[in-house]
Amino acid sequence: MKLTKLAAAAIAATIAAGPVLADLVFPSLDYRTGPYAANGIPFADGYADYFALVNARDGGIGGVAAKVVACETGYNTEKGVECYESTKGQGALVYQPLSTGITYQLIPKATADGIPVHSMGYGRTSAANGKVFRNIFNYPANYWNGASIAINHILAEEGGDIKGKSVALVYHNSAYGKEPIRTLEELSKKHGYKLTLLAVDHPGQEQKSQWLQIRREKPDYVLMWGWGVMNQVAIQEAANIRYPMDHFIGIWWSGSENDTLPAGDGANGYKALNMHNVGSDYPLYADLKKYVYDAGNAAGAGDQSGTVLYNRGMYAAMLAVEAAKTAQEIHGTKDITPAMMRDGMEALVIDEAKMAGLGMPNFGPSFSVSCENHGGPGLGAVQQWDASTKKWTLITEFGPSDMDVIGALIAEDSAAFAAENNITEGCN
Amino acid sequence: MSANFYFGIEVFLNGMMAGVLYSLVALGFVLIFKASGIFNYAQGVMALFAALTLVGFQNGQIPFSHLINAIFGTNIHHFGWHMPAILAIIFTLMVMILFAYLVEKYILKHLVNQEPIILFMATIGLAYFMEGFGDLMWGADIKKLDVGIPQGGNIWLEEHTAFLGGDDFYGFYLDNLDMLATIFAGLLVVSLVLFSQYTKTGRALRAVADDHQAALSVGISLRAIWVIVWSIAGFVALVAGIMWGSKSGVQFSLSLIALKALPVLMLGGFTSIPGAIVGGLIIGVGEKMFEFLIGVPFLGGATENWFAYMLALLFLVFRPQGLFGEKIIERV
Repeated sequence: MKLTKLAAAAIAATIAAGPVLADLVFPSLDYRTGPYAANGIPFADGYADYFALVNARDGGIGGVAAKVVACETGYNTEKGVECYESTKGQGALVYQPLSTGITYQLIPKATADGIPVHSMGYGRTSAANGKVFRNIFNYPANYWNGASIAINHILAEEGGDIKGKSVALVYHNSAYGKEPIRTLEELSKKHGYKLTLLAVDHPGQEQKSQWLQIRREKPDYVLMWGWGVMNQVAIQEAANIRYPMDHFIGIWWSGSENDTLPAGDGANGYKALNMHNVGSDYPLYADLKKYVYDAGNAAGAGDQSGTVLYNRGMYAAMLAVEAAKTAQEIHGTKDITPAMMRDGMEALVIDEAKMAGLGMPNFGPSFSVSCENHGGPGLGAVQQWDASTKKWTLITEFGPSDMDVIGALIAEDSAAFAAENNITEGCN
Repeated sequence: MSANFYFGIEVFLNGMMAGVLYSLVALGFVLIFKASGIFNYAQGVMALFAALTLVGFQNGQIPFSHLINAIFGTNIHHFGWHMPAILAIIFTLMVMILFAYLVEKYILKHLVNQEPIILFMATIGLAYFMEGFGDLMWGADIKKLDVGIPQGGNIWLEEHTAFLGGDDFYGFYLDNLDMLATIFAGLLVVSLVLFSQYTKTGRALRAVADDHQAALSVGISLRAIWVIVWSIAGFVALVAGIMWGSKSGVQFSLSLIALKALPVLMLGGFTSIPGAIVGGLIIGVGEKMFEFLIGVPFLGGATENWFAYMLALLFLVFRPQGLFGEKIIERV
């Protein structure tokens, strides 16, 4: 009799408490091992810590706990696809592959499965055209924006005229490294600079030929699209040949502390692009300390706080959380599906008031996403390394890229993809 | 002479220096293959592990600190000292000798008389184990390696050769680190040759290399020889780790330098110490000159890896044992 009463009370309590909502699942395709681990760890830590903060401080997203499902890819494309296949069944809302190679493989799979992918500042650039790539997002900026922002910075440095100047691109000889070439070629026609292309084979430990050529030809500016060891070796080689470091500009994946510290004082003055701000001087960090670090819930070893790539992981997580909140508002439910998450990403609005409210004032550019534009505004800033303080500092505002040139390239490339895959462009 | 001619010479000289750096990695492979017939897949990881350990000692880093902190909730990272480079090198060498002993005791001893492919597979396992162990022990962050080796181009050489090619020539560029690596490699090869030719242990090494069974029959301890050979290979790995780690910082991609040694081994032969050096020089000069004369002007560049392996393939076709390798004779 007693047992029957207890069971009845338990059932009544369960009914009174309402339906139990499942966690909102955010897979994290990490790489904490292998040759690129030094870069994968801070991003993964930042991504996980932000979700931990949202759970501890806000009680989750709209009251539903966020669950980060980590899967180790080792920056290996095959493993990345395996991670996708093994986690998508857990209710994955959005993937952040952190690899251009993995992103390319996931584009058809995620599209077929109806799960959105956010390749923030990497992946297939023309995915910015949401009328073709309905499930792929690459806001707030892509590689082609990066190429244009670098040229804009050179224009600003040279008083607006770079006709006759020479620009060399040192790039990782892969799909990733080749991404900016077409844009830089188009921009060279527009601005009249001479472009020299210098490919570096994977992994990039030996670059003597490329830097001897730079020493011979003395280009006015050197741009770099590198990742991993290629960055550190390039910065060291540039210092070795005494190339002026303030004329050496890397993409945002060539601009972390990992890239500059090994070269010591030689890296002083080196520049890189960024899509968000640097350092830890934000109110958000006080919350992280209170709710995550001091509570012993920091991801990894807890030693990456405030680094460029930690901030980037945190920024990616913040954008995912805000998109999930938007999806909850649009669909009037807290228990969102991947399709709803996609809608939330497509309707995402990030403005300064929202960023300040999140404890991240002036952390990134204001932007909104739409069906036509999954790539955001294409804004970016330039940061510079100070070897004496071992810190990056933003030296420009978040500036625009040349959308006249980039927009045409995106339309051309996405139209080719649509034709190959029998996709009819459109918003519904 | 035109500036281009002197630039060609500069590329040639830099190719030689790069070749020496490849040779440093290849030497470790040769030593172990010569003494035990094992193609040591873990040689690149040994260079990484040695460099990680060296930086760890130098910086006073507490081994396994992340693991200790995670288990016990502590927050310890450093002993608080900065060890002089020479002392750190000696301690690292001792670790590499201990590593050699453990490899013999727990792996090689159990695989005596197994097929070479089994031993090769064992070294693959060893490589993955060491990579993970190194990560756990010292962390995955990129570490600056500074043992006092000067970096950058040699300014004296630049200034005193700038007059050669007119206004368009800026003097020969040679990296101080590369020049030092060349001197070290030369000393290393001479020492190894003298050691193997004129010492009792060296003769025992050669005897084991020639015939394990015959060496055993005259009282040479195979196990002791293997520990010695792996220790020397550990020392060579340390030198390679210092040279490559100084260029890029110590990081896990350091293990990939083994890829640069493979064409050198195919060309120079797996059993010849001088072959590793000559092979390295040919590959280094060949790939740099090909890139300078053909790769960049006509093929869009990035031909170096391709050229190195193509050259090695050509040698394999016409001389499978490599330039200095022992001719393979199978008697039926």
